[in-house]
Amino acid sequence: MVDGRSRVARLLRVWVPLGFFLVLALFPFYWMAITSLKPNAELYNTRMMPLLVYHPTLKHYVDLLSETRFLAWTWNTMLVAIVSTAISLIFGGMLAYPLARMRFPGAGLIAISVAAVYLVPQPLLFIPLADLITRLQLGNTLSAVILTYPTMLVPFCAWLLMGYFKTVPKDLEEAARIDGASHLQTMWRIFLPLCTPGFISAGIFAFTLAQNEFLYALIFLTKTSVRTVPIGVIAELIRGDVFYWGQLMAAALLGSIPVALIYSFFVEHYVAGLTAGSVKG
Amino acid sequence: MGYTVTISSLRTRSWFDRESVFSWLMLAPPLLFLAAFVGYPFCYGIFLSLQNRPVAQPGTFVGLQNFAADFKDSVFWRVALNTFVYTGIATLLKAIGGLGLALAMNQQFRMKNLIRAVLLLPFIVPTVLSTVAWMWILDPAFSVFNWFLIRLGVPKPGPSWLGNPLLAMASIIVINTWRGLPFYGITLLAGLQTIPPELYEAATVDGASGFQRFRYVVLPLLQPILLIVTLFSVIFTFADFQLVYVLTHGGPQNATHLFATYAFDLAMGAGQLGLGASVALSMLPALALLIVALTLYMQRQ
Repeated sequence: MVDGRSRVARLLRVWVPLGFFLVLALFPFYWMAITSLKPNAELYNTRMMPLLVYHPTLKHYVDLLSETRFLAWTWNTMLVAIVSTAISLIFGGMLAYPLARMRFPGAGLIAISVAAVYLVPQPLLFIPLADLITRLQLGNTLSAVILTYPTMLVPFCAWLLMGYFKTVPKDLEEAARIDGASHLQTMWRIFLPLCTPGFISAGIFAFTLAQNEFLYALIFLTKTSVRTVPIGVIAELIRGDVFYWGQLMAAALLGSIPVALIYSFFVEHYVAGLTAGSVKG
Repeated sequence: MGYTVTISSLRTRSWFDRESVFSWLMLAPPLLFLAAFVGYPFCYGIFLSLQNRPVAQPGTFVGLQNFAADFKDSVFWRVALNTFVYTGIATLLKAIGGLGLALAMNQQFRMKNLIRAVLLLPFIVPTVLSTVAWMWILDPAFSVFNWFLIRLGVPKPGPSWLGNPLLAMASIIVINTWRGLPFYGITLLAGLQTIPPELYEAATVDGASGFQRFRYVVLPLLQPILLIVTLFSVIFTFADFQLVYVLTHGGPQNATHLFATYAFDLAMGAGQLGLGASVALSMLPALALLIVALTLYMQRQ
């Protein structure tokens, strides 16, 4: 009896708070999914119970894919996210390796500046950057965002990789040096292959940040054909005061899926990246 | 064999292979990139803020006139107040809620990894897309909340979540909290897991209650992580743009305008690059303080 009661108490203590947080986290996604499946007659009928779908339809998805350039936006988003992530991993690694493994004058100052640059938020830079991009005649090209996303991703990757690099023991590199390998060879052949998990963490994180970016894309990409998903959805599915809610929710759900999928494969790496800065320091 | 290789390669080791030379050769390309796309725009932004500079026209130097105009502008002060209220309350809610989330997850239960992954979703999904979902949840005519409120007896059409200045501010704070909560939760959870279980046991043996264990064992040990996470989150909440831009555009009657959205309106909407830059730069004193604090703290660790 006592045992049964304490089991119930334990279940309550564990699942009541978890249930609360799960409902909170998931409700907007449930709402996206259910809205995207409702026919308009149901969507705009306030007499019907809104939490259920009575006559599910894929019409909003068909309309989204046939009437808008959603697939082109998805392609643009992927392309931009992959290229800017690749640039950021290369540059980030080039910053992190000397800072984590070498002694040279000025190292401390560079490390501090990289951390500070990571913390400079976009709104401080977007007005001058807009002018710079116009002068470089890069407006309405994907290059505009491919060049500007790494401004936030490079310092971030560098910081994360530095933390990872510092955890790798030095023996192998020292052995390679004694065998006559140059610094470049040691780094490339011996050190970097050991650091694949660090690169995956930084890459996943940078990729989700790039997919999420809004401000630069909003300013630099004003033509339909070059837009990314967040900008396309905001600019073209909200026309004046008219909201295409069914299509909007379909787009929101489809736009969330690539990130959610990639993230679910690498969730351990993502969490490692998320906590590296604060826990390992 | 290995020995001879060592000697000969040591002798032939070139200037390029010296530690400092190699380091600077590696650092130079990314540093030049950051100088061109962060350092230069930053300085150019300061230069712009000192100009009367309509878009697509040459600017004229006006000294501190843009800042003087900001300080006389009642909207500017409203924006400043909004930004501090938004950052302050959202940070507090995220810290408390995130601590709750971390404690809830730091228990034994099934499907732990799956649940942790699901709870992180609000943080990883593109903000604009989840914000659009919230916009529909709070829609003036079809809000799902209002559907229930009306059936509970609230007069039609129910509260105007984004149309009433106070409710609009409360709404953006709640949505920002919703999005940022998992970041606090997961990071604090990692912190909780570094606390050795012996400490709890010792406290329990000494007769500490659950609350006392939390107050005197968990909280002090969690404090460094809580501080870093909070500083991080304050910086990015203070400079938030997309949530407000999508949800309210700063309205109603500027009740939710933040520094970033107001600067955007002035620069991109009204085409006053100089004035916009001056509003954006007004964030700098507070931001610089936070950035210096956090950078030094991370460096020390």
